[in-house]
Parts: sequence; structure tokens; C-alpha cells
Amino acid sequence: MRKVFSRPVSLKDVPFHYCPGCNHGIAHRLIAEVIDELNIQDNTIGVAPVGCSVFTMDYFDIDMFQASHGRAPAVATGIKRVLPDRVVFTYQGDGDLAAIGTGEFVHAAARGENITLIFINNAVYGMTGGQMAPTTLIGQKTKTSPQGRKHEVNGYPIKVCEMLPPLEGTAYVARVAVHKPKSIIQAKKAIKKAFEVQIKGLGFSLVEVLSACPTNWGLSPIEAVTWLEENMIPYYPLGEFKTPTAGVI
Amino acid sequence: MLEEIYIAGFGGQGALSTGQLLAHAGLMEGKYVSYVPIYGVEKRGGVANCGVTISNQQISSPLVTEPTVLVVMNSLSLERFEKAVVPGGLIIINSSLVEPRVQRTDIRVLPICANEEAESLGDPMVANNVILGALLEITRVVAIETVSEALKDVLPVRRHDMIPVNVKALEKGAELVREYNNLFKE
Amino acid sequence: MKGNEAIGEGAVRAGCRYFFGYPITPQSELTHYLAKRLPEVGRLYMQAESEVASINMVYGASGAGARVMTSSSGPGISLMQEGLSYLAGAQLPCVVVNMMRGGPGLGNIAPSQADYFQATKGGGHGDYHLIVLAPNSVQELVDIMKKAFDLADRYRNPVMVMADGIMAQMMEPVELDDQYQIEIQPKPWAATGKVDHEGKNLINSCYVIPEEMESLNFILRDKYSEINKNEQVCEEYQLDGADIVLVAFGTASRICRAVVEKARAQGIPVGMIRPISLWPFPADFIGTAANRVKCFLSVEMNMGQMVEDVRLSVCGKAPVYHYGRFGGMVPTVRDVLEEVKKIYSGGAGQ
Ligand SMILES: Cc1ncc(C[n+]2csc(CCOP(=O)(O)OP(=O)(O)O)c2C)c(N)n1
Ligand code: SF4
Repeated sequence: MRKVFSRPVSLKDVPFHYCPGCNHGIAHRLIAEVIDELNIQDNTIGVAPVGCSVFTMDYFDIDMFQASHGRAPAVATGIKRVLPDRVVFTYQGDGDLAAIGTGEFVHAAARGENITLIFINNAVYGMTGGQMAPTTLIGQKTKTSPQGRKHEVNGYPIKVCEMLPPLEGTAYVARVAVHKPKSIIQAKKAIKKAFEVQIKGLGFSLVEVLSACPTNWGLSPIEAVTWLEENMIPYYPLGEFKTPTAGVI
Repeated sequence: MLEEIYIAGFGGQGALSTGQLLAHAGLMEGKYVSYVPIYGVEKRGGVANCGVTISNQQISSPLVTEPTVLVVMNSLSLERFEKAVVPGGLIIINSSLVEPRVQRTDIRVLPICANEEAESLGDPMVANNVILGALLEITRVVAIETVSEALKDVLPVRRHDMIPVNVKALEKGAELVREYNNLFKE
Repeated sequence: MKGNEAIGEGAVRAGCRYFFGYPITPQSELTHYLAKRLPEVGRLYMQAESEVASINMVYGASGAGARVMTSSSGPGISLMQEGLSYLAGAQLPCVVVNMMRGGPGLGNIAPSQADYFQATKGGGHGDYHLIVLAPNSVQELVDIMKKAFDLADRYRNPVMVMADGIMAQMMEPVELDDQYQIEIQPKPWAATGKVDHEGKNLINSCYVIPEEMESLNFILRDKYSEINKNEQVCEEYQLDGADIVLVAFGTASRICRAVVEKARAQGIPVGMIRPISLWPFPADFIGTAANRVKCFLSVEMNMGQMVEDVRLSVCGKAPVYHYGRFGGMVPTVRDVLEEVKKIYSGGAGQ
């Protein structure tokens, strides 16, 4: 019998600790598949964030760093400047990247730092128990916006992919989702493109992955998929926001 | 030999560069030297003082708090630092800018109209070197020739055409001191 | 050579290949020097967007196996504390220069020693130590950089070099030995990609299970006691027959040296101990000295920080006093001498 589905080599054979219906696991798997397909397992260094996905440091079978909250792009910068021929990526949640780490990701992008950021947007702080994130939608209820997010109080959600393209250092910016088989295929393509952009030395790349957090949304995994599709995608449209002008992918 | 020299002025008056020139000359003569600038937040117009210590022995404290020589370029500094000078010490005052009114009687005071002297040399920028020349003549802390040499290192190359007039200024200062001394001899 | 340049040149000669930093007075001239000097020798100077980013770039570069440093002053060093804790936890070597300035708050840019507690007692969160060195001359600023990088690598621990605005601006003659052969030990633990080593390397300070965290703490504790045993350094000055011993580091120690000379000239038997390593504190030397002197005076440019370590080292064998000026004020030779005379006539002279 032909084996059609197996664990990517770049993922360790350990069970994920994520909740049922959490999309972190899918994103991990896609990254690992891309690393396998590009045959860069031995040359790739990952940087784990603070958040539910801190344990990416244990899941990927590659050299890893664990960074302080929000600073993964700065850590990745340090690594990449020392080892310019390695593929360096960060994996960050929305609290990590778009709140406490706003300075670091914007400046890494502005410098055209030749690294890749995988940005998991689940519209909530997962690990600390469901507080409002910078990407929490208007009206969305969280532990710290129990009446629903109000723009008068908390302002508006940050659209990371929309804000990056004007920065000249950015080479590739895309937003994807992993809630349906079709979108998963697209997501993998985008992640692969981002890594290829880096390998070609074209500059900064970021892939935002809209991701479900059923636990903190208070929904079942199935309901979470519908909620993501009906609420997140209209506000955070999918697609490529910037592709490299130099060099063909 | 130990001279602790404190040069006090406003930013832009050249107190710091004069101190550096002196310190550099001390180094060239193989002496122990330290130079500590003290300035305010503003680059221009704020306080810009420096202490230069030149000695034949290792320098304990590089901070000049009780100077053997005080050079003042504004009246504020004269008021502020007159008390600090060691008994028997020397105050050199640029009397083109500061009225040389000194309370103490246990120190020597040398007023020099440095700006006018500099202008008569054809370059108002070299006033500080007139003062430095006088300081060297009195203290002999380093040789005038060494300071003239040091100008080559301290001035940027594009300013090297200024060296002759600077050397003239140093010599002028020394000459003024000799003239004073002769006056007192009579 | 200026103090700021001396540190820069010392770092270059110590084989520092990367500098990440953010402007702040009074250390900016150090960054100006390195921004020019590092590229000359084919190395990298990079200005980060903040001190928070700087220290995390240092974390990345160090974990990737490089000799790397950053520098800052008061407020910037405060912002780096989380990063320093991570570096200590992940056992990463690096050198951080702190040109201390008057505080708290924005304070001023005048010379100070107010960050003694922050540097020697942790500063960041968690149970850790930095190795802390305090040079007191421009020559020593050059020399100590090599020592700092070597210690950092040997113990896989961040090292902080403490100075202040006076030392940064001060010019003194310096001798540079021009053959600087740097032997850097291999770093098999560095996460440089699996191509370079067997298995997977992980740079990490996160241990969710308390038992695992505690075993790292045990490793750190053993390392720190090793450092404490091997690396206490201090300089003594005119201790022979001294009744009163001044304890001072950095700029304050230069002033105290002059105080010792003046006091001796007036027949007062004063000596000085100058800690060069602030952590580990030279407790053994001071403790032994305490057997034969009448009292100690800790002279600091702060409200009384190192004096606590002096007291612990003296262990009740003699009284320990403190004299300080703070907020960017520098004690004068005259003031300290007055204090010494007061103590001497008040009992230490009998
Ligand atoms: C300096 C600092 N502040 C706060 C925290 C606590 N903290 C841990 S995880 C987290 C939120 C992470 O949320 P997000 O980045 O959205 O990732 P998710 O858990 O949703 O995957 C916070 C605030 C921390 N570890 N460090
Ligand atoms: S809390 Fe949310 S983000 Fe975290 S593991 Fe659970 S579902 Fe995933």
C-alpha cells in the first residue's frame, strides 16, 4: 500500500499540546512540509514566541530559539546577521507580534531583514486565557472586553498585512487561512513562497495565518470555523498584499 | 611636577579644544595626562569646561576640583571657580570678555585681552592660543614647540593652513608674559 | 585616547564581531567609534530600533555563536533587563557596557554609580547573576574588554562593564598591544542549524515543569559559586599600616586614590581597596583585611549601595561607613578627606 500521509521529517514525533480545533497545529505542519520540500531542514533556524506556540521550540526538528515576548524578529535579526546563509523564521501570535512586538516586526520589515515571519492571528490572547488582542474584532467579546470591543475604548483592530507593503524592505506579504482544505493548500503555497523569497535574498517576508482559537472564542471547533469565515475573513481579506518585483518566484 | 588646569567657558568658545590641544602636547612629551570635559546638554552656549592634568607621576584623580591654573572665558566661571583655585595658584582671564575682578589675594591673576591680540594677528579665532601661550610661558608644563607640533594632530588636515597663525598666537601669549615680567622687574 | 574609544577599540581587539545598540548619552561616542571601526575590519555595527530590540538581537547573535556586545546607559539598561534575564537563563555569553548616569527616571547625563544594585543584584527577573566589572582608567577600559569577552565565553554568562560619563569622556594615554591573537573556544551548544552538529540545538530559558526549571537553577548556582571562587578581583593601595580603608570603584576610586595620598601626607594612615569585579564582590580580600584595620569607608556616587556588600564582607569585624554624592554629583577629594578626618578624630585614630 502506498503511504499518502505521513509526518513531515521536520516535525518531531511528539503530540501537540494544543486544544481541539486549534489551528496552530495545522500551521506547524505546513511549515514543516515546506521545510522538507525545500530540503532545508539542516539549514533552518526557527524562533519561538511567548504564547501558546512557545512549544514550537520542541515540535520542530530543527535548531530553535525561544525569544522573549514580542522580540522574535530582533532575535531572528541577530541570528541572520551572524548566519546569513541560514533560513531564519519566527512564529508569532497576534499579541506577540502586533501588540508588545510592534516595534520589532515593523523595523525588521523596514530594514528589509531577510527573514520570514509566520504570524498567527487568532484575534485573541490564547495562552493567558482569552484577553483582547490588537486584532480582536469590533464587537468581539473577550475576557477584557466583556461587552464586546468598542472602538471608543480600544480603538480598531490592526491590519498587519495592509500596513506593511509601503515599507520598501518588505518583499512578500500575504494573508491566508487554514480553516478549509482549499485555503490550507493556498496557505502552504504562501508559506513556501515566503521561504523562497528569503532563500533568494529578496528581503522581508510575512505570512499572516487567520487561525481559530475555539477555547477562547467559547465555540466548538466546527462553530469556530464558521465564525472565522463569517467574521474574520471579511475584515481581514485573504490574498497576497505584496510580491517581489525583483526576481521571479 | 603636577599641574591641574581648569578651562571654563561657554560652548563654542573653544575651551574643550584648547584643553585637548594641551593634553595632546603633554602626551607627546611622554607625561602622564588626563583630560576630562564637562558640558551641559546644549552643544552651543551651554557650559563647556574641561580639566587637564599633566604630571610626571601617575595621576590619582583626573577630576580637577582644586586647579593650580584656572582659565576663564566668561564672568560666570570666574565667580564660580575663583574660590576653588589652590593658594598660590594662577587665574588667567580673557579680559576682552570678562572684567578681571578677583576677590582673592593669595593667588596670581593674569588678564589678557586675547580677542584684541588675536585680531591684531589677523584672526580672531586664535584668541585661546594667545591665552595658552601665556599659560605655557608661566607654568612651562609643556614646551611651546610641542604644542605647535600637536596642532598638526589636533587640527583636521583641511585646516592645516591655520597652523602658522595659531603658532604666532602661542608665541604672542608667551611674549606678553615676558613683557609683564619685565614691567615688574623695574 | 578617550574612554569611549578605548572601550570600542578594546572590544574590537577582543574579537567582538557584532554590535547592536541604540543612541543614549553618555555612551553615544562609543557607538560612533564602533560604527566606523567595525566595518573597517569587516564586522557589523547595527543600530536597533530600541534597547529592547538591541538586547534581543544580541540574544540571537550570541545563540548563533558570535562574540557580540551592546552598550547603553541608565534608562536603556533598564529596558534591557528582561533580555539580560533571558540571556542568563539560556546561558548565553555577551558583553553589555553601562555608562551610568544620574537618576532615577530620565535624570541627567552626569556621572553616577547608581546602577550598582541593578547590575550586581539581578536587575531583571529570576534568580541569576551577571559578572560585573568596573575599570577605573582608560587603559583598563581597553584591557577589561578582552577579559569581559573571555569570561562571558568561559562561563556562558552575560558580563556587564560599568563606567560613567567621566570615564567615557576622559582622555588618558593608552598602550595597545598590536598583536591581538584571539582564541575563541568552539561553541558546540550554538544553534547554527543542524548542518553543524549532531541532533538539535535549542536556545531556551523556558521550563514549564518546576523540577526542570530547578535543575537549571542548580546548574546556574554551581556556575555562580565557581565564578565567585575564581573571579574576585580587586586592587589594594597603601593598605600597609592603614587604620581607615576606603572602598571605592571606578571614578570614585580615582578620587579616593588622591585622598589616600593627601591623608598620608598629613599623617593619617589611610589605604584603599578597589573592587574591579563588582560581582563577584571581592569579599574574601575585604574580609581578611578587616582583621587588621579599624574601619572602612565606602565612597560611592550613590546613596549607599556597595556599602551593603562591604558590610557583608567585613562581617561585623569593624565599622563600615558610607560617603556618597549622587544625582550626577561627584565627591571631591576635599570632601572625602574631611569625612576621613572626621572618622579619624572620632575614634579610628585612637
Ligand atoms: C513581557 C511579558 N508580558 C506578558 C507576558 C504574558 N503572556 C504570555 S503569552 C501572552 C499572550 C500571547 O498571545 P498571542 O501572541 O496572541 O499568542 P497565542 O497565545 O494566542 O497563540 C502574554 C501576554 C509575558 N510572557 N511577557
Ligand atoms: S488557547 Fe487557543 S490558541 Fe491556545 S492552544 Fe488553545 S485553541 Fe490554540
